[in-house]
Amino acid sequence: MVLLELKNVSKNFGGLQALNNVSFHVKQGEVFGLIGPNGSGKTTLFNCINQFFPVSNGQIEFMGKSILKLKPYHICRLGIARTFQIVKPLSRMTVLENIIASTFCHTRKMDQARHEAEEILHFCGLSVYKDQLSKGLPIGGRKRLEIARALATKPKLLLLDETAAGLNPSELEEAILLIQKIKENGVTILVVEHIMRFILTISDRIHAISFGQTIAQGAPDEVINDQKVINAYLGEQYAGA
Amino acid sequence: MNKKIQLYIGLTSAFLLLPLVVQSDYYLHLIIISLMWVVIGSSWNLLAGYTGQVSFGHAIFFGTGAYTSGILWTKLSISPFWGMLCGGFTAMIIALFVGWICFRLKGPYFALATLAGGEIIRLVATNWESLTEGMVGILILQNFRSKLPYYYIILLIAGLCIFCIDRVMHSKWGYYFISIRENQDAAESIGINTSLYKNVSLQISAFFTGSAGAFYMNYMGFIDPEVVFSLHYISIMAILVGIVGGVATILGPAVGAFVMVGIQETFRSSFFGLGPKWISQAHALVFGLLVIFVIMFMANGIVGDWSKIKKLYDKIFLYFHNKEGKEPVDSLMDSR
Ligand SMILES: Nc1ncnc2c1ncn2[C@@H]1O[C@H](COP(=O)(O)OP(=O)(O)O)[C@@H](O)[C@H]1O
Ligand SMILES: [Mg+2]
Repeated sequence: MVLLELKNVSKNFGGLQALNNVSFHVKQGEVFGLIGPNGSGKTTLFNCINQFFPVSNGQIEFMGKSILKLKPYHICRLGIARTFQIVKPLSRMTVLENIIASTFCHTRKMDQARHEAEEILHFCGLSVYKDQLSKGLPIGGRKRLEIARALATKPKLLLLDETAAGLNPSELEEAILLIQKIKENGVTILVVEHIMRFILTISDRIHAISFGQTIAQGAPDEVINDQKVINAYLGEQYAGA
Repeated sequence: MNKKIQLYIGLTSAFLLLPLVVQSDYYLHLIIISLMWVVIGSSWNLLAGYTGQVSFGHAIFFGTGAYTSGILWTKLSISPFWGMLCGGFTAMIIALFVGWICFRLKGPYFALATLAGGEIIRLVATNWESLTEGMVGILILQNFRSKLPYYYIILLIAGLCIFCIDRVMHSKWGYYFISIRENQDAAESIGINTSLYKNVSLQISAFFTGSAGAFYMNYMGFIDPEVVFSLHYISIMAILVGIVGGVATILGPAVGAFVMVGIQETFRSSFFGLGPKWISQAHALVFGLLVIFVIMFMANGIVGDWSKIKKLYDKIFLYFHNKEGKEPVDSLMDSR
């Protein structure tokens, strides 16, 4: 079953075309990877899906219904949760309180909210930080908090924006395990990632964009060997050198 | 938790019995005014301290409440007691408009918009003479000669206000308010309708501030636009009460109210008639200095920085102890 479908989505910022006719669909239960060099429009795509930005053109459907014109909070209530590449912890709340605020998405009861929040903290390996203010967390913890907070809304579809960036190798392994566990729980995942090894390990299918345009889509090993993808990434490496 | 209940029971009984101790009308008056500021400061704190929407225009709701009660009595002969109830509700209606317009803006722009709103409503109240009597103001006869009934009325309102805010802050709404303060994008992303809940916070805040205004009309018996819609005496004072006592703490504004009314009265009366007259002119300056002091040294206010104040006290205590040639008490320094 198709959960999320993008049809010819375009997004302009003034004269800059950040997204140009991007189309793909995410099927229920899969991990769908979105790759592309820096500035290719991945975060912008997330912002269009959860309606932080209105799209300039095109259509986005969730479970067969258009979600354009909804408010971001509405998107979350429909079952699409997201994390932020630049983490946005609720700083002066404890880690537990961050998650409790999130569980109120589907319950009004304080006891239940607290109970569920503690389960999710445990699931994400954050229990040790439970009563710590979230602004004091190390970067790995903050990335996990982003995931935990999104999960606490009980999403059908989880959008992960570069959760692996800035993690050390052992944290990276843990992040992979966590994402696999989330998938086993039946949550569909759309993941944006820059680190190739990471995205190749976890994704069922991959979609590659560059300068806001689709350059390849398919199974991980197909996409990684695609000439356009190699060029896009090599181009970036040369530019960086 | 148990300690908290004990504190509340203790405070409540102390305030219920207070008039037995305070016989002087003058001091009872100051306590009544302080309790009124407890209500306004706590309400301001709900919106600014907890929800992060700093208002420079709480006089809008205070004045609306006061005028509601006054106008109902002079135009329609409706008892001031009903007026006191209605004051909160008209303030909520005005708050709908204020929220609808001002919440389009964020941060300092929101603050400036509320400030402008306060000035606009003051001018409207000044010029709409057929309704408000303009600068002449509204004069009503007080119901009670004694201050005692007023004391218990405002005590009830203050108690209800703090109780409600405490309950709200321990519920889903409270979590939502603080989430909005911390990060609006993150709040939206976890399913919080930020514009709705900002308005919910504003409505509660406006209700209690309006009730305080209506009480003021009944208690003082006289209002005019320069007093109840005053930027300086109401809107700014509300902010001071909040930050001196401690924003985003339940009892902070309550402490701040007593401190600020105390300071204000000390200067207004030139140190209770002991100091030179010019001091009474300087109280605005003192307010300014106080804000600078609080922001520099106690950014979290008296209640928020209580542990800091206690530590300082311990240090001073230790200092004098040492002077008397005693051993320093290490454990005192370690206890936070
Ligand atoms: N709010 C915005 N206003 C203007 N330009 C933006 C905005 N957000 C992103 N962009 C531009 O859109 C392009 C894509 O950015 P982004 O989606 O963040 O890339 P990625 O996440 O793939 O690194 C960049 O050129 C960026 O400068
Ligand atoms: Mg990005």
